[in-house]
Formats: sequence, C-alpha cells, structure tokens
Amino acid sequence: MTFKQYMKRAWPLYVMIVPGLIFVLLFRYYPMYGVVIAFQDFSPAKGFAGSPWIGWENFEFFFSLPEFGRIFSNTLIISISKIVADQVGAVILALLLNEARRILFRRTIQTLIYLPHFLSWIVLGGILLDILSAGGILNQAIGALGIKPQLWLGSNDWFRGTVISSGFWKNVGFSTIVYLAALTAINPVLHEAAAIDGAGRFRRIWHITLPGIRPTIVLLAALSLGDVLQAGFEQILTLYSPAVYRSGDIIDTFVYRVGLISAQYSLAGAVGLFKSFIGFGLIVLSYWLADRYAGYRIL
Amino acid sequence: MIRDRNWFSRLFDGANYIFLTLFAVLCLLPLIHIFAVSLSGRAPATAGFVSFWPIDFTLENYEQVMGSRNFLRSLAISVARVLTGTSLSMILVILTAYPLSKTPRVFRGRTIFIWFFVFAMLFDGGLIPSFLVVRSLGLLNTLGALILPNAVPIFSVILMMNFFRDVPKELEESALIDGASHWRVLWHIYIPLSLPAIATLTLFSAVNHWNAWFDGLIYMTDTANYPMQTFLRTVIVTLDLTQVGINPQDLQRLSDRAIRGAQIIVATVPILIVYPFLQRYFISGIKLGAVKE
Repeated sequence: MTFKQYMKRAWPLYVMIVPGLIFVLLFRYYPMYGVVIAFQDFSPAKGFAGSPWIGWENFEFFFSLPEFGRIFSNTLIISISKIVADQVGAVILALLLNEARRILFRRTIQTLIYLPHFLSWIVLGGILLDILSAGGILNQAIGALGIKPQLWLGSNDWFRGTVISSGFWKNVGFSTIVYLAALTAINPVLHEAAAIDGAGRFRRIWHITLPGIRPTIVLLAALSLGDVLQAGFEQILTLYSPAVYRSGDIIDTFVYRVGLISAQYSLAGAVGLFKSFIGFGLIVLSYWLADRYAGYRIL
Repeated sequence: MIRDRNWFSRLFDGANYIFLTLFAVLCLLPLIHIFAVSLSGRAPATAGFVSFWPIDFTLENYEQVMGSRNFLRSLAISVARVLTGTSLSMILVILTAYPLSKTPRVFRGRTIFIWFFVFAMLFDGGLIPSFLVVRSLGLLNTLGALILPNAVPIFSVILMMNFFRDVPKELEESALIDGASHWRVLWHIYIPLSLPAIATLTLFSAVNHWNAWFDGLIYMTDTANYPMQTFLRTVIVTLDLTQVGINPQDLQRLSDRAIRGAQIIVATVPILIVYPFLQRYFISGIKLGAVKE
C-alpha cells in the first residue's frame, strides 16, 4: 500500500487528533517549558525567554528555608495516613457490605456512603467549618459527655487528624467500589465447596474472600504510591489557617502562597518543579509495580 | 446460597447491619445538620440550638440567597461553564480517543501519539507555569480560563480509548469495505455502541466542572467573574457575607450561619439531582477502565 492509498483512507484519523494535540501542547507542554522559570529570576514583563538565568539559586534558597523540611514532612505524613486509612477502611467496609445479604439494604448503604465523594471541598469545607467551630455541634456533643471543647481546625494538635478523618469521610465510601467489584468476581462455588467441607463463615472470609481480592489490594497499594505527594491541596487550602501552618502546610499550599499570593514566581516555580520531578518518578514507579505485581496496564 | 444458622453468625449479621447503618447515617449527619440550620430562624441558628431538625422554621434564608444578584450571577457562570466545558471536553475526548484506539497499522504513528498524551498526563508543569501560560494567552477573567486548560482530560481519553478497543472489529471492517469513512464509522458504530461510557464520562465531567473552584480563584481577578463554588468560598470560608449583597436590614433578621447553610445546600442540590444517574453509570464506568486487567 502506497502512502497515498494509505492516506486516502486514514486522513480523518489525523484530522480528529489535531484538536486534542493542540490543547495538550498549549496547556500541558507549554507549561512544561515554563518550568524554566525555576532557573531564572523571572519577571512577567520579560517572559519565559527574556528573563535572566540564575542557575540553581532558587533551589538553594528553598532548601535553606525552614519551611522546606516542614512542608515535606507534613505532606508525607498527611498523605500516607490518608492512603492507609482509606484503603484499610475501604477493604473492611467492602467485606462488611459483602456479608450483608439483603440487596436493598446494601444498595441503600452504598448510595449514602458514596455521596460525599461528589461534593466539592468548598461545600464539605463549609460544613466542617460550621460543625467543628468552637460552639459547633461537635463540641456541643462532646460537651454533653463532659469533654472540653477543642479547636479542631485551629490547633496544631488536631489539624492533621481533622484533615485525615474528613478526607476519609469524603472518599472511603467511593474507594469501596473497586473492592466490591472484585468481590463479585469471586466464584460462589468456592464458598459452597468450603461450606460443605465444614468451613465456618469467618474461615471462608479469611481463606476465600480475602485472597480473592488480594490482587486488587496489591494493585491499589502500588497505584497509591503515585499519590504520596498529593496530600489534598483543595481540602487543606479550604480548611487551614496561619495558626496551623506548622502541622498543616503542605507543598502545594506553600507553592500557592509564595507564587500566587506573594508573586515570587521563580521560587514557587522551583518548589513546584522539585515536586513534579519526584511525583513523576513516583508515578512511573507505581505503574511499573502495578504492572509487575498485579498485571495492570493503563494502555 | 449458604445459610449460616449458628448463633454467632446471626449475632455477627445483626451487628453488621447496625454498624453499616450507623456508618451511613454518620456520613450524612453533617449534611442534615446544615440543612436543618438553613431552615431555622435567626435566634436558634445563631445560638447553636439546632441539631437535626429546624427550629422556628423559615424559608427566608433561601429566599434571600436566591434573590441575591451576586449569588445568581455566579450561579449563571457555573451553569455556563458546565454546559460549554462538558460539551467541549466530550467532543475532544471522543475525537482523540478514536484514532488512538486503532492499531499502528491502521493509524500510523499511534505509538508516538499515545506517548505524547501519556507523558503529558504523568508530568505536570506545575501550578505557577500553568498560571503564567493561561495569563499570557489573555484568558484571565474569561470563561475560557475555566474550560480550556483541562479541555482534554487525558485519563478520560484513555478510558474512552480502552472502551473503543472493545468494540467488535468486524462491524468496522465491513463498514470500511462498504466504503464508509472513519467519520461515519465513528458516528454510526462507535458512538452508539459506547453510550454507557460516554454517559459516564459526561456526568463526571459535568460534576467536576460544577465542583471546581480553585481555577476560578486564581484566573478571575474580578470577583464578579467567580463561578459559584469560588463565590461560595469567599462567603463560607473567608466568612465575608457582605459579598452576597443582601441588604443589611434583612441580614439583621437572619442568621449568618443559616444563610451560609442555605448556600451550601443550594450548591449541593444539582449534585443530588444527577446523583441517581451518576450512580447507575459510574460503577460500570470505573470497571471499564480503572481496573481493567
């Protein structure tokens, strides 16, 4: 087949892909070129091409800041706690839902626990700011039990815990979906055979149900590695305040403040690039692990 | 069906039903509380007497919110963004996914194109360069800043592509032999057969557009251009109720908390409306791509 014959048939395919290519070039690749600001003393008037180059200065400055260690450890502590809580919670909830035999009951519970996932952090944040306020309903409730009111969002003792549990609230229900899908794929014959052999309910859960979803657990554990630097930017930006920077300021919120509030583009760009670089490595590693140990490929 | 009839198993069942019910109720209680506050009068709402049932029932909080011009303007921007952003995204996702779903023999260069998209998904230029690009394109304070930067959600393209690949090849081959172009094959074979996947991605895109607020915050320098969720942020998070533009005499009769609550509920209602449809599709939607093995 000559090129001309090929193109006679295939030309629409190239026309179709052009709009997507242009958008991705403009809004994904052009910003990648824009990371050069990390090595510049960038000024918007001179642009990416005209700003003076200063080498690694922005990075050196960032590494010397006291915030450097703080935002990294906060990011890692919050995101890893979230991942562990979410996955463990989702497995347990999925197993319990799977044991509830009444279909209507199960559907109803599922419908209710998925819902917070579809609400924005502004809506959930507005709710949290109200119920967790000094005189809010949570403090009233624990007050009735004789416990002193706490500043759930305003104290460094509680802030991380609040972020982790409210993240759990938003996402754990939705995370059960993948496990529930895996559970329906377990052949019921296995359970029947085990029951005939005298295995009780909990032995069947332990020896059949859990091994049945093990590949899914491994897969999600591998993929979650790619999210280790995502501690929940929109959530924390909604909930935090200067009082809790010590325990709650993460890389993304720092970049936002330095870059877009104080307009120190180059410094924020350097921090962002540092994060993108590690993040890229983590995602590639997580996909490699997912392929290696769970046979998962996105393509 | 196995029946476990021993007492321990039954006890477990009972405990399980109770636990799951409590957990689901706990997930919803905060929302119910805010709903109750939003329907309450000034004194009980401000004093924090309202728990899960309104006290001094009133609809005036909602009347004030829905009568506020600033709120309605932001609502209109959000609706415009959902409609235009979702349609644009879906057109682009379908058009991009179709060629990528072909083999390299049918679509030469597929491998290069696919890596072009996958790399763009994996490596992120970051917040600051993205912001500078959008600004240099002159998009600040336009609807374009809200819909163009993420008009091609690459993960959705990959889901769509995987779905297209499962369409039986025989249909396409016979159509092509009969002289149909790729346009017709896409329109008459692929799209009709992929409606569940398209519906899923459309709903997700719409929900994302409705919920997005950070882009509004950074790309709109004039608060008059804020979409609703960004507008709500100024009201709810930074507690600046003057933004709502309710006249001060009215505000004196009402509770700040209740007004905020009413706005939270108004922002939630559209999600509740599409939720049954969303739920019908998203389980199949997630299975079709995310856990494909």
